[in-house]
Amino acid sequence: MTLTQHDISREIARQATAHAATGEAAHHPARGYAPYRSSRLRHPGQPLVTVQDPEGAELSGPAFGLTDVTELDADLTRQHTGEPLGERITVTGRVLDRGGRPVRGQLVEIWQANASGRYAHQRDRHRAPLDPHFTGVGRCLTDAQGQYAFTTVRPGAYPWRNHHNAWRPAHIHFSLFGTAFTQRLVTQMYFPGDPLFPYDPILQSVTDPAARARLVATYDHDLSVPEWSLGYRWDIVLDGPTATWTEEGR
Amino acid sequence: MHPTPSQTVGPFYGYALPFPGGGEIAPVGHPDAITVHGYVYDGAGAPIPDALLEFWQPGHARAGKPGSMRRDPVTGGFAGRDGVTFTGFGRVATAADGHWSIRTLPPAGVPYLSLCVFARGLLHHLYTRAYLDPAATDPLLAALAPGRRATLLAAQEDPRTHRFDIRLQGPEETVFLDFR
Repeated sequence: MTLTQHDISREIARQATAHAATGEAAHHPARGYAPYRSSRLRHPGQPLVTVQDPEGAELSGPAFGLTDVTELDADLTRQHTGEPLGERITVTGRVLDRGGRPVRGQLVEIWQANASGRYAHQRDRHRAPLDPHFTGVGRCLTDAQGQYAFTTVRPGAYPWRNHHNAWRPAHIHFSLFGTAFTQRLVTQMYFPGDPLFPYDPILQSVTDPAARARLVATYDHDLSVPEWSLGYRWDIVLDGPTATWTEEGR
Repeated sequence: MHPTPSQTVGPFYGYALPFPGGGEIAPVGHPDAITVHGYVYDGAGAPIPDALLEFWQPGHARAGKPGSMRRDPVTGGFAGRDGVTFTGFGRVATAADGHWSIRTLPPAGVPYLSLCVFARGLLHHLYTRAYLDPAATDPLLAALAPGRRATLLAAQEDPRTHRFDIRLQGPEETVFLDFR
C-alpha cells in the first residue's frame, strides 16, 4: 500500500507530540525516524557506546589547506562557460564550536539541486531540466573568523519517493569539519518561509522546534548586492568534544 | 552554544564528496602500506550501495596534514594526493555491492582506525573504530561483552590485508560510539 502524505503527516505529528512530552531539548534527529522510511533498516538498534578517551584519535582531526581548494570552488555560478539559470544568491555565515569559538581554516563542502530542482546525478530521474552551466558543488576554507561564503543559485524543491506526493523543501547540503573528528557534521540548510517544511520527514526528523529552526537560514538584506544577488546568513555550531575541551575538563 | 542538527547525506553527494584517490591514504609505494576493506550492510543483511565512509588516523604527530583533496587550478578538478604526504584522512563511497577498500599505513600510537559512516537513510552519522590487531586491548574493548567487542576487530586475511564489515542494524550490529 502506498503511503500518503496524510499517513506521513500523522506519524510526524505523533513523533512531535512524543518529543514534546519528554520536556527535554534534543539537538539531533533520532536515527530511527519512521516517517523517513529509508531510516528503517539503516539505524542501530543498540544504544551508542559512550567514549570518554582523552587519548582518543578522534579528538584530533583532518586538516585541509590552500592546495585543497581553488578560489573558483566557492562560486558555483562560475564553474562552466555560461551563467546558470535561477536566482543568484550568496550564502555566508560562521562555523563555531559549541564553546562559541570560531573554527578556522577548516573545510566546508556544499552540494545542491539546480534552480529547477534537479541534481547533476545519474540517479536523479526527476523530469526537470539539467543545467549545463551548473553542477551544484562547492567548497571553501573558513577564514580567521570562522567565516565561509558561497555564491550559487537558489535550489528548487523536488519530488522524492518516500511516499505519494512527497516533496523536499529547497535546501543546500553542507559538510563540515572541526579541529576534532568528533565534530564532523553533515546537514542541510533550508530557506526561510518554505511552505513545504511541515510535510518533510527529513526536516521534521529534528523533532525539537528550536533545533529545527537552527537549520533555516535568515534572509539578510545587507548581504544582498544591488543588481546582482540576494543574501542569506546561516551560522553553524559543531557538536562534539575537542582536545581543548577535554583539557579544560581535567 | 546549541549545535546545528545533523541531516542525512542523502543519495546525491556523488559530485561533491568522493574524490579520486580518496582511499589511497598511504604514500605511493610505501613499504608498510596495508589494505583494509569490507562491506556495509543494513538491518536486513543487504549491502548498502550508497554509504560514504571516512577514515581518520592522526599519525605520530597526532595531527592531520593538508593535501587529501588537492585541486587542479587548471581544470577545476582534482589533482590527486601528492604521493608523499600522509594526511591521515580518507573517504570512500561503497560500490553497488556495498564493498569498500582503502590502502593506508598501520595506525600510530593507537591500535585502531577511526571511522565515520554516512548514508542515505542515516539521519546522523555514526562513528566506529576498526581495531587491526586481533589481540588489541584498551578501555573501550575491555568494557564490551565479547560478542559486541568482536564487531570492532578486523579479521586479518593476510599479513597486509584486513577485513572490516559494518552492520548498521541486526544481531551482529557494529558497535557505534558516542564521544563525550
